Amino acid sequence: MSLMIYDFEKPIAELEEKLSELQSLSEKTPETLAEIANLREKLLETKKNIYGNLTAWQRVQLARHIARPRSLDYINAIFTDWTELHGDRKFADDPAVVCGLAHFENIPVAVVGQQKGKDTRENLRRNFGMMHPEGYRKALRIMKLADKFSFPIIVFIDTPGAYPGIGAEERGQAEAIAYNIKEMFTLQVPIIVVIIGEGASGGALGVGLGDVVLMMENAWYCVISPEGCASILWRDRAMAPQSAEALKLTANDLLELKVIDEIIPEPLGGAHRDPEVAFQNVYKALSSHLQRLMQKSVDQLINERFKKYRQIGVFITRQDNSKNFSDKSALSAAAKKDEQSRG
Amino acid sequence: MVWFRKKKYTVLEAPQKKDRIPDGLWHKCENCLNILYKKDFEANFKVCPKCNYHQRLTCWERIDLLIDKGTFVEDNVDIYPADPLGFVDSKPYSQRLEEAQKKTELADAVVTGSGTINGYRVEIAVMDFRFIGGSMGSVVGEKVTRSFEHALEHNLPVIAVCTSGGARMQEGILSLMQMAKTSIAVARLNEARIPYITVLTHPTTAGVMASFASLGDVVIAEPNALIGFAGPRVIQQTINQILPKGFQLSEFVCEHGFIDIVVHRKELKKTLSTLLSFFTKTSPV
Ligand SMILES: [Zn+2]
Repeated sequence: MSLMIYDFEKPIAELEEKLSELQSLSEKTPETLAEIANLREKLLETKKNIYGNLTAWQRVQLARHIARPRSLDYINAIFTDWTELHGDRKFADDPAVVCGLAHFENIPVAVVGQQKGKDTRENLRRNFGMMHPEGYRKALRIMKLADKFSFPIIVFIDTPGAYPGIGAEERGQAEAIAYNIKEMFTLQVPIIVVIIGEGASGGALGVGLGDVVLMMENAWYCVISPEGCASILWRDRAMAPQSAEALKLTANDLLELKVIDEIIPEPLGGAHRDPEVAFQNVYKALSSHLQRLMQKSVDQLINERFKKYRQIGVFITRQDNSKNFSDKSALSAAAKKDEQSRG
Repeated sequence: MVWFRKKKYTVLEAPQKKDRIPDGLWHKCENCLNILYKKDFEANFKVCPKCNYHQRLTCWERIDLLIDKGTFVEDNVDIYPADPLGFVDSKPYSQRLEEAQKKTELADAVVTGSGTINGYRVEIAVMDFRFIGGSMGSVVGEKVTRSFEHALEHNLPVIAVCTSGGARMQEGILSLMQMAKTSIAVARLNEARIPYITVLTHPTTAGVMASFASLGDVVIAEPNALIGFAGPRVIQQTINQILPKGFQLSEFVCEHGFIDIVVHRKELKKTLSTLLSFFTKTSPV
């Protein structure tokens, strides 16, 4: 298997190459065997060292790896009887998102997955996972179907953003996303969202409101892509590594900010290095959360969904402000000034 | 942290009137560059009589335009922005906030409150583009949500006057989540059958357009306002072709079915009160 590797993975690739060279020798002396053992150890150590200390930008790169498992890979591995349903019944079928019904441990579920390609050809067909309004409307149609028949909903997020194009604007990209967010809040079935790769902005949130939001270890989720942010705030796309750091977009950051509920671990080096392990981990997380959520009453579900989103945000209230006034007379002077400005 | 010591706007009437006294007699239209007699321009609600360009209004000018004199009571005055990510680009976010607060004398990019429109009591949220491009971070999200909740509690129709370049990048994922928070607040208005009218002004794009701005029971726009999801520059770069004439302007968006009415500024108050007369059972005070 020759995986595309990033610059920061080069030390690993070099060791791997040496190791496989030695291993391919037909006659191995005791010295060679010792060297193999030694290299193996060194390789593991190097991997742990590199993958254990990934920068935000390196994780963004892993999240974008062309061999990274896509929504359909997870769907095929985790569900049975996957039956894809096409089209929004209004305009078209958007291949950038797959929707359908399946069984999860014999429970019927509705599945929505933003779908990137595995190669350039598929990426062109799937528009790199960038949805059009009809994609958001298709997803909502399937989610409403789930609501009608009380199927839990599982969403896989993997998009560089909603598509910015003429047709998308003409057909109301903003309205489609806004309406989806609002309507997803009212669905009377459990919604579990898993961010498996890229979660860019409204494009992700447009199908991303959930009772539980899970995130793969090397996925990213943010209001804007690091490149987009860099080109606006730094006026230079090359500053993306810096903006990735500043935006706090990794799974660890988001857990700390209480925007996600749990991080799903990936095999060392990313999901693409051992997809089976990634599928297993996602399966386990889905299973436990689904069981828990299905025991909740509809009222409880919606109530908790409301609370989850209602509390997100960081701001200062006046009470907190008053702590900034060390001396009371300053405070009362300010209050007096207030009175005057009102009068 | 100078801005914390700013006066709080518990105002009964829109302040800063003195700012609007012309310092010269003439005004140059930002769009057609015609020189206008300032008095005429202002009598025409800051709309250019030559080219119909609707110049941006501050939130106070907007409140003055729409809300009956002396009836506006600002709420949610105790909420100020923080810098949750410790964000620094070419300058620290905290410094950007401070500068914006100094420039606008606002806590953040939205003012909320209640008042009457031709006698109809409403809750109103008005955005101000001067404050970091009207971007939505935690404060805008929280104030808009509280404003909608206040309306819910007091059974008041809601007007949201929008102008925004989108979500506030410097608050990262937290600003994205304000789209969820405000859209959920709209869902709750819907559920309680509280009328919700949005007024889109130049420009209303990205995160704000992809949340509460799009979701009005009635969506009104001022003429020639830029309205959309992605900015025209981003679209142009992506597709690498010339954008159609009038692309993403109010009339274009209306033609494509996402705006109910495009209304000239001088008709805006009247249109709102007519709409309110359909939705509210109580007669005007
Ligand atoms: Zn003009």
